[in-house]
Amino acid sequence: MLLQALAFYVFAAVVVASGAMVVVSRNPVYSVLFLILAFFNAAALFVLIGAEFIAMILVIVYVGAVAVLFLFVVMMLDINLVELREGFLKYMPVGAMIGAVLLAEVLLGLGVLGAGSTTMTALNSQGPQVPAIENTRAIGQVLYTQYFYLFQVAGLVLLVAMIGAIVLTLRTRPGVRRQKVSEQLYRPKEEVMTVVKVPTRGGVQ
Amino acid sequence: MTADLIDFFTTNWLGQGIVIFAQCLAVTVPLLVAVAYMTYVDRKVWAAIQLRRGPNVVGPFGLLQPFADGLKLVLKETIIPSSANSVLFIIAPMITFMTALVAWAVVPFDDGWVIADINVGILYLFAISSLGVYGIIIAGWASNSKYAFLGALRSAAQMVSYEVSIGFVLITVLLCVGSLNLSDVVEAQRGWFWRWYFLPLLPMFVIFFVSALAETNRTPFDLPMSEAELVAGFHTEYSAMTFGLFFLGEYANMILLSALGAVLFLGGWLSPIPYAPFTLIPGVVWFALKIAFLLFVFSWTKGTLPRYRYDQLMRLGWKVFLPVSLGWVVLTAAVLQFGGWLPKS
Repeated sequence: MLLQALAFYVFAAVVVASGAMVVVSRNPVYSVLFLILAFFNAAALFVLIGAEFIAMILVIVYVGAVAVLFLFVVMMLDINLVELREGFLKYMPVGAMIGAVLLAEVLLGLGVLGAGSTTMTALNSQGPQVPAIENTRAIGQVLYTQYFYLFQVAGLVLLVAMIGAIVLTLRTRPGVRRQKVSEQLYRPKEEVMTVVKVPTRGGVQ
Repeated sequence: MTADLIDFFTTNWLGQGIVIFAQCLAVTVPLLVAVAYMTYVDRKVWAAIQLRRGPNVVGPFGLLQPFADGLKLVLKETIIPSSANSVLFIIAPMITFMTALVAWAVVPFDDGWVIADINVGILYLFAISSLGVYGIIIAGWASNSKYAFLGALRSAAQMVSYEVSIGFVLITVLLCVGSLNLSDVVEAQRGWFWRWYFLPLLPMFVIFFVSALAETNRTPFDLPMSEAELVAGFHTEYSAMTFGLFFLGEYANMILLSALGAVLFLGGWLSPIPYAPFTLIPGVVWFALKIAFLLFVFSWTKGTLPRYRYDQLMRLGWKVFLPVSLGWVVLTAAVLQFGGWLPKS
């Protein structure tokens, strides 16, 4: 129990610290790397509360795919940090306000200011528990039955976003010679190849 | 006295820590020896393909060659380019090597021979193998060199693309097993060798193997380190043991993906014939034999095939493997559902 509490505070501290470093790092590549560190430790926190499926999905989707693309883009951009910092004071009040609202919501949810969410207090009083069935199975049982339509709609939203991105970037430029694999495969042998029997000392005529 | 000892190693946290440490050593040390000899076997296989002899000078049959190479790498000077980002430059090979090692925590070597028998073993392996790309992309960026950066970009695009089809292959196997635990995956294949999944899921086995080649940056997909155009790709600027860690990490990753292939498709530690003389051989031997077979195919491919062109590589990943594997997932799900073969839950 002591070990778990210790692990929780270590991971939570690293999440908060790396979250702060994402914002204050001078180099955008460092920011992305700290973001990855934050994802990792968040996954560790999920494992601590017994949600191993969510933890693995977090690592696979965010660390394994999304953050790679972030890093990809950030490394290739030539970002001028001085220009980026210029609007800092102008935007800070708005950012601070959003942060304050989010913090207030979390505190309200935890029930710090009186009546909180009942599930949160129930969870808090019980502490981490060993579930009766593994949580992959539990998610599977409700995701494709009870929440089937919501799940499908979420998928459709992502599909629309994907098609949008493809439509925006897909363009056919004239004068570009492309390899069309199907055409190459369907060419008959007689058209493109001749077999020549070369006589010795004669060469190809 | 013995009761006290058992008590110490099972309940005391210090004792448990010692046990876990010993287990890690018991996996890592043989693994590193296997990596060293994999480099030797690789060179011998290529030599045989090219009608040469391969390493045969150091020790009997050249058997000490990997240690000579390792010693050379350790003794050389580690050079950090003056314009490189030195912190990330040093961290990158560590990440590559570490991700190749930590994945072994969930691989079952025999019935119950596994460090962490977790419920989401396959997802863990998939997550760790998707991290390998960071070592490469950070190395490319931190080197501050054009060749290294181009190699890193190629590698990132390639690994992200082929992970998608590996994901679908994993889903197909999971559908047949009904569990994410790797030991359960092996148990589900118990029986004669034609019950192993390589036969019922043959197209997926092929896709898995080709994607594994692409994941580990091996020929014919070794564009990130193609010597002819990028010098050595992402590790152009690396020398001595920093290069050595990349090299070891690459081979450890190859062995890992072979082990994954053996678990998913070749019945892990099970013997091909489920009767007496064969079942008496320890499971770990069968497992090692299956890994060795897949590794041999890795070397064989490298000795035989020329390198892909980059656009062909991307086309293969996104336009061939992705639709085929997606279709096969749907087909498998339909056959299991309507054939009444769904695993009992």
